[in-house]
Order: sequence, then structure tokens, then C-alpha cells
Amino acid sequence: MSNSEQTNNYRRKFLAQSAAVAGLAIAPGIILNQVAHTKADADKVTDATRWGMLIDTNKCNKGCTDCVTACKTENAWGMGETHSSKEQQAQWIRKVTITDKQTGHVQSLPLMCQHCETAPCVDVCPTGASMKRADGIVQVDKHICIGCRYCMMACPYKARSFVHEKIELQKPTAPRGIGTVESCNMCAHRVDKGENPACVEACSKAEHGAMIFGDLKDANSAISIELKKHGGEQIRADLGLNTGVRYQGL
Amino acid sequence: MMSIRQFAKHLVVLVGLTALPMLSNAGELGPVPPKAKANASDTTKCVEPIGEMRKNHMEFLLHKRDETMREGVRTKQHSLTECIACHVTPNDKGEYARFGDDEHFCSSCHNYAAVNVDCFDCHSDLPEDASNKLRSSKNPHQNMTEGGKK
Amino acid sequence: MKKAVFKQIDGNSINYWMLLALLGSFALAAVGAHFYMEHGGHYVTGMNNQIVWGLPHVFAVFLIVAASGALNVASISSVFNKTAYKPLAPLSTLVAIALLSGGLMVLVLDLGRPDRLIVAMTIYNFKSIFAWNMIFYNGFFLIVGVYAWTMLQRNLNQYSRIAGFTAFIWRLALTTGTGSIFGFLVARQAYDAAIMGPMFVVMSFSFGLAIFLLIVMATYKWTDRPLGDATFNRLKNLLGVFVAGVLYFVVAQHLTNLYATEHHGVEAFILRDGGIYTQLFWYGQIIMGGLIPLALIYHPTTGKSRTAISIASILIVLGGLIQMYVIIIGGQAYPLELFPGKEVSSSFFDGVVNSYSPTLAEALLGIGGFAVTLFMVAFAVKIMKFLPESLADEAVDPHHTK
Repeated sequence: MSNSEQTNNYRRKFLAQSAAVAGLAIAPGIILNQVAHTKADADKVTDATRWGMLIDTNKCNKGCTDCVTACKTENAWGMGETHSSKEQQAQWIRKVTITDKQTGHVQSLPLMCQHCETAPCVDVCPTGASMKRADGIVQVDKHICIGCRYCMMACPYKARSFVHEKIELQKPTAPRGIGTVESCNMCAHRVDKGENPACVEACSKAEHGAMIFGDLKDANSAISIELKKHGGEQIRADLGLNTGVRYQGL
Repeated sequence: MMSIRQFAKHLVVLVGLTALPMLSNAGELGPVPPKAKANASDTTKCVEPIGEMRKNHMEFLLHKRDETMREGVRTKQHSLTECIACHVTPNDKGEYARFGDDEHFCSSCHNYAAVNVDCFDCHSDLPEDASNKLRSSKNPHQNMTEGGKK
Repeated sequence: MKKAVFKQIDGNSINYWMLLALLGSFALAAVGAHFYMEHGGHYVTGMNNQIVWGLPHVFAVFLIVAASGALNVASISSVFNKTAYKPLAPLSTLVAIALLSGGLMVLVLDLGRPDRLIVAMTIYNFKSIFAWNMIFYNGFFLIVGVYAWTMLQRNLNQYSRIAGFTAFIWRLALTTGTGSIFGFLVARQAYDAAIMGPMFVVMSFSFGLAIFLLIVMATYKWTDRPLGDATFNRLKNLLGVFVAGVLYFVVAQHLTNLYATEHHGVEAFILRDGGIYTQLFWYGQIIMGGLIPLALIYHPTTGKSRTAISIASILIVLGGLIQMYVIIIGGQAYPLELFPGKEVSSSFFDGVVNSYSPTLAEALLGIGGFAVTLFMVAFAVKIMKFLPESLADEAVDPHHTK
């Protein structure tokens, strides 16, 4: 399936979805674009929502690493792994510089877990520790992760890290520890409260506004409107993984 | 898996009971966990009756862990974070005991019963504020530079 | 043909106990290496977030693959009904089980959380080839164990054909599954190929038989039991075919990749520009592990020499380990293609050829896998009747004439 076909399918899918939601929502008179964003603490996440992110590489500042810093602060990584070498230290999100070999065109973009719909890491995990929530967030259940690292072999984006040493003083919302694999979870704890992921918040605070977060299944969400209007590409679209993180200007 | 867990539980109880008379002497009648910060509500001390918590806290935590992790349920009732926030308290000098110390709420009993838990391999053993404070004192330059630069 | 007489080895000599002590100390060293790695974490190893599988996996996968291959002799006797192989069939099952034990030990002791092995044994994600393999490995112990039993206990002999057939199918599935661990990795240029499964099957034939032949030669020499040319030549000629088979699959794999422009990068890396990996591929895997053993096996002079064939077998084992190294480490050293046609750089070593320097602990853990395997074999042949008293030509082949 070509990329544009897939995008078209994708659009068709959430147009249909939004029609269904609209039908439901009109009766009780709920404001449409708020539906997916208000979740009570006791509610379980559902597949009525699919969280996604859209990153405009033209707006992404080459020297800026605010999203990375925000992620470190939010999830308390990038410090404390004093025994590990640089190659062994975890990185949940990184800034990548890409240079076109033909034209010399240089771009900069943040790269993290792409939250695939059919995630290879979820497929290969022997215990089911690598899992996808109903709302599309891909993450590691460290309680049952045995540290085999097969997900790291399978991930096309190098989004996963293995923790090579003992960790302490974690954030309550971001447990991480020795012998298990970890990665970006789109700040699930913030998303569940109706907030944006830390990186997205930092990007708009820096007034770059290169990152939009939202519900891909909600046709009225900012991300859906922007995607419909200007499109968004997947990295390694050839793998057909239908990623939740999309890029513009690649 | 249940059966193995149950077997392990019985084994622990059995070993514990057998060891009890040998370990305890007249002076120390058992672990002395530190007092919690406050009662859970006006009518209840903890989030479940005390006896129930002593016996089954691991079941509550296990159930809650999967709900939170996998389904995004963020209620506070059986949340480990809340346990730590309320039960792990500083001493008179304002110092916190760490997991492994007899004075830490969890290890006060777990050391006594010699039951190993791996919760704190990934979770902090301190309330969030104390954890944050200690972390920034240990990493004064955290977040100043991007880690792992070549 | 008269019924082969099976007998335990005496195992009373100083040398025997020295051998056990030596193997035992290597096994203990592996356990020590494991505790060293688990105590503070994997930072003490050469593995990292770029090369996530290292030397332990090279040894583990090699041993697991060889386990299936060690069953060759039993399979040929039971499934294809070749009576000449029958006397060695029980030993073949023993070596197979021992190799799998050694391999799995290494694999498990390298996990980030080996304490949670029970999770891996009780919760399965059935879309994961790893989970299937867990079933294949456990089933292999069971099926091959039963198979050995049907051969060793006379009144169960009638069932050994069906047990052998089951074991044969099972081991093919097992090696295909092991190869598919790599074959199913869609994201990595060096893997993601259907040929991985079948190639691992042929690799298992070759590596397993080489180890088996070495064990047979050593055991019969050290216990002064006769090993006739008939048995010996059969085994070594078969080994030659398998070595050629592995070479054929390697050629097919690389030719296919060389045809597709998409794979030119990784092919150039392994075959030409990869430094250590290129050298290991050509000198280690192809020449030392393939061409030289083939020459030794089929040359009219060296082909008759037991010493030359032992050397050939050792070279096949070493070449096999090197092949695993090139596949597993070399495949990860080559950077992931995130943006085809573009140069990539980041703080996380994107677009960089990743380096790996294994540590002593990893090597000891891997070698410990071999030690456990050989210890199990050496001990089992002392306490159980796995070995025929004689493999002299007249004992194996009734029509044999000098």
C-alpha cells in the first residue's frame, strides 16, 4: 500500500469514526471535541481515542533541545546512570539531524517511540510486557518485562533503551529500573489527566509550536484538522506500521 | 501462575511460623513500622481495614498496578504512590529511611519476615517531594546538557 | 546385525575426574559471571543500547541450534531407518538435550531480570516467535527425553520410531523458529529474510554433527572402545555435506541481498567495509569454518586421518560461532536505516556503525554453556547406558568384510 493510499484510508477511517461520535454526542448535547479529552480517574482508556503527535520539521529549531530536556525532567532520565557508558545510557527522545545526500538539505527533528498501530515491539515480546493501550499508547509493563531486549531488536526507530544499572529516586509517574526496557509512553500519566505530553508543552513554551498532540480519531481535534489539511508522513512508512507520530516537511 | 503464587505464600507463612519462636525474644515482639502521616478518612485509618491491609496489601497493589499500567485508571485508593506518600515519613531530624532500612515502612516488616519485593527496583521508595529533593541534590546539573552527546 | 551392547563408561580414572572438575569449574565461572552481571546491572558488559545482544547470545544461539543438529544421528536411524546409525542414536539424544541445556542456561542468565523467568514460563504472547520458541525448547526436552527412554528401555523399543519421528518434526520447527527470531525482524537490514529459518536448520545439521562427532571420537578414544571406519566415515562424509549446505545457504542469502539495491549498504558492510566483521566473515566463517574443513574431510589423505577430521570438526564449531557473531553482532553494528538516502546523526548514535567490545564476564558465561553441556554428557555416560561397547565395523555392519 502506498503512503498516500494509507493516509487516505486513515482519513476515511476517522471520518467514519467522527460521524459515529457526532451521532452519539448530539443527543446528550456534549461538546464534540472535548469528548476524548476528559477522562475521570476511574475511567479506563478506550479505543474511541487514538493519541497521536504531529511534528512539523520546518518549525523545529535545529539547535533547540527543549523537548528532550522537558522529557528528562518529567520522567527523570538522563541522570543518575553514572556507571553506564554513553552507549548504555537510556534516551527516551533525541534530536536527530538528517542531511540529504543529494541536495545537502539539513533538517532537525525529535525522534521517540512512534506509537505504531501494529508495533513490532509488541508483536515480538514473549511475555506481553511490551504493550499497546487501547488508546494507542505503546509502552513497557516493567512488572513483567524479563529484559530479553527482543523489542529493542525489533523496533525500527531505536526508540527503546535497556536500563543497565540500578536506578533510584524515580518519579512516581515514571517508574524505571534495572534490567528492564523503557521508552517514551507519550507521558501517559499527563495524558490521562487531560494534559499534553511534556515535550509538546515545552515546544509550545519555546514558541516553536512544532509539535501538536491530540486524538487522531477525533475529526475536530487540532491534529486531525492539520493532518487533513496538510498531511503528515510516517518515518519508515514502507513498513506499514501506521505510526501515531507523524511528521511534516520530511 | 496463581497456584505457584499461592504455594509461595503458604511456604512463606509456614517458614515464618516455624521461625517465629526462634527469632523473637522477649524484648522485640515484631516489626515496628513507622506511623502514617494521617488517617485515610475520618472514619477509616487506612484505605482498607488494617487487618485486611496487612494480609492482602500485595493483592490490592497487584490489581491496581495492572489497572493503572494497562488501562490508565488513575484512582488513588490502592496506589503504591499513595502508600509511599502517606507511610514513608521522615524522622525527628527530617531524614528519610530508605528501603532496606528497618525504619522504612515497607522494609520494617519485609526485613522481619525476610520476604523480598522488587517494587523498589523501579519505583521510588520515598514520597515524590523527598525523592525530587534528593535527586536534584545528587545531580546538581541535571538537564543542563543533553545526555549522551558524542 | 547383532544387537549393540550398551554399557556405562567406567569413569574411574583420574583423567575422568579431572575432566569433570575442569568442566565444573568453567560452569561455576559462568554462574559467577552471571552474578557479577546481575549484581549491579549490565553496565559491566560490552553490551549497550546499540548492540543489545552480545557474546552470550552468540553462544546461546549457537548451542541451541547445535542441539537440534546433534539429533541428526538419532533422526537418521529412526526416521530414515538406517540401521548403521542405530547404535549411536541414544548418545545423539543425550548430546542434543545437553546442548540445549547449555544454550538455554546462557540465554536465561543473560536476561535483565532472570528472577522473573517464571513470568516467561507462564505468560505467553502467542504472536511472539520468542514465546513459541519457549514452547519449542521445553517441548524438545520432553519429546527427546521420551525418545531416549523408548530407545534405552527394551520393552519400549517399538515406540522409538514414532517418538523419533515426532522429535524430528519438532527439531525442524525448533531451528526454524530460532532462525526466525532474526528472520522476523522487519526493521533491520541484516535480518528480515525468510531464508533465516531454513539456513538455521542447515547450520544446525553442521554444527550439531561436528560437536557430536568430536564427542564420539573423544569418548571412544579415552575409554579404549573401538570406533570402526564404517561408522566414522559415514559420519564425516555426512558432515561434509552439511558444511557444503551451510555454504550454499550463505551464498544464496548474500546473492539475494546483493541483487536488491535496498540491501547494498548492509552487504557492503559485511562483505567489504565492515572491518572486523568483514574479516570474521571471510577468514573465520567462510575459509576457516567452511572451505578448510571441506578440504580436510574430502581430501583422500586427510579424509582418512582421525586427527585431521577432529581438526575439521573443531574448525566447523569455531567457524559456526564466528558465523553467529557476524549474524548477531555484525547485524546490529550496521546502523538502522531510518531515513533512506539521508545521512543521520544524533546523540543516540544514529547513522553510526556501532562498536562492541565483549568483556570477560560475557565470554565466561558463553563458554560456561559449553562446559555445562559437556559435563552433562560426561556424567550421563557414566551413570547410564548410552554408549555401545563397540563401534567396530563388524559390530555395526553384519556384511562387513575386511
